[in-house]
Amino acid sequence: MARHDIHLTVNGVAQDLQVESRLLLVHLLRENLRLTGTHIGCDTTHCGACTVLLDGEPVKSCTILAVQADGARIATVEGLEQNGKLHPVQEAFWEKHGLQCGYCTPGMLMTGCALLARNKDPTEPEIREAISGNLCRCTGYSNIVKAIQSAAERLRQQ
Amino acid sequence: MIPAAFDYHAPASLPEAVALLARFGDSAKVISGGQSLLPLLKLRLGAAEHLVDIGRIAGLEYVREEGGSLRIGGRTRESVLERSEIVRARHPILLDTARVIADPLVRNRATVGGNLAHGDPANDHPATMLALRAEVVAYGQNGERVIPIDQFFTGLFTTALAQDEILTEIRIPAPPNRTGGAYVKLERKVGDYATAAAAAQVTLDGSGAFTQVGLALTNAGPMPLRSTAAEEFLKGRRATDDSIAEAARRAAEAASPTADRRGSVEYKREMARVLAGRALKKAVERAGGR
Repeated sequence: MARHDIHLTVNGVAQDLQVESRLLLVHLLRENLRLTGTHIGCDTTHCGACTVLLDGEPVKSCTILAVQADGARIATVEGLEQNGKLHPVQEAFWEKHGLQCGYCTPGMLMTGCALLARNKDPTEPEIREAISGNLCRCTGYSNIVKAIQSAAERLRQQ
Repeated sequence: MIPAAFDYHAPASLPEAVALLARFGDSAKVISGGQSLLPLLKLRLGAAEHLVDIGRIAGLEYVREEGGSLRIGGRTRESVLERSEIVRARHPILLDTARVIADPLVRNRATVGGNLAHGDPANDHPATMLALRAEVVAYGQNGERVIPIDQFFTGLFTTALAQDEILTEIRIPAPPNRTGGAYVKLERKVGDYATAAAAAQVTLDGSGAFTQVGLALTNAGPMPLRSTAAEEFLKGRRATDDSIAEAARRAAEAASPTADRRGSVEYKREMARVLAGRALKKAVERAGGR
């Protein structure tokens, strides 16, 4: 089966890779690039643990072929921290106890970042709608919503 | 989970894409957003030796009006449909529909054309397109042909598209004055298929009587189901609680849902009745009927 040369930018770093047709984006990130912050949860397009930003939009990386991402900009949770400083969304999740076990957290963070890039002051229903494709089974959504509200405030003050 | 091995092709034009489909025959599948196809391949419920990705073909993602009728590019993502000003202002039924498809992350990839071409009676656009009396444009080796939506769905997971045809556009007739539409869905949770769902598009005359009615059900049988008996009952009648209730009853009577974890046949038929009634009421309200 044919292999494909692809070029993509992951967290600002250009990557030239050769991939098999069937390689999924999440496996490319975790196994080829060793970016294991992006989690595999359900593996059936439900849970959103594998959420990354593709050209700025949150998508489920378990349901995209790596070759489909050729030419794209990918952002993963590893790219949020800058110069040893947590991203305001990460700080807000920390402070508002927006995570407990942490499994859904990378996906929640990426979806939260994408929402706040488009909407600087989302209402609670808008936040709940935005994260409705990201499942949390332990923290509970209340603190996650509070964390995103707090992150929005932090970002507005920047 | 990893799909069985296949070759991937990313043609840059429609002629190239249909040539690949013709060459590989039944061993090829079109991939659009991939949000239905990739899970099937990963679970190995389906297989393909060749995937022909139409995502690199320019000019297949748009929502625009031409002479009042709405044209939606086959490769238009649900998120684009959802944010379209034309849709928000003129076709709220499409906004109702897009907003309940899967979840917002899936909608950043899933496409309107894929939702129809997959031929799944549990998908949400089919009922809406039946209610709207849409047309589907298919591009093949001999050029384009236009398929009325009533001839598009031919069986479970099968459509009128030939093996080497690609769905390139959906056309929705211009809504006459005093027209309204709505899609309502009962789902156990975000991202689930409909337990029951109904799409209604109605046009009223000055006296509040129905002049045109489109009513269709999701997940009510092996194919998306037009509620013909209900449509015929309403035509010429005034929009009242009683006429709508009787039409909803007739729609549910014609439904043949199957029992699964979402409920029994009786429950689903009853929900189809309730939702058909709600969709009709909302459509009438939006048409300015009450």
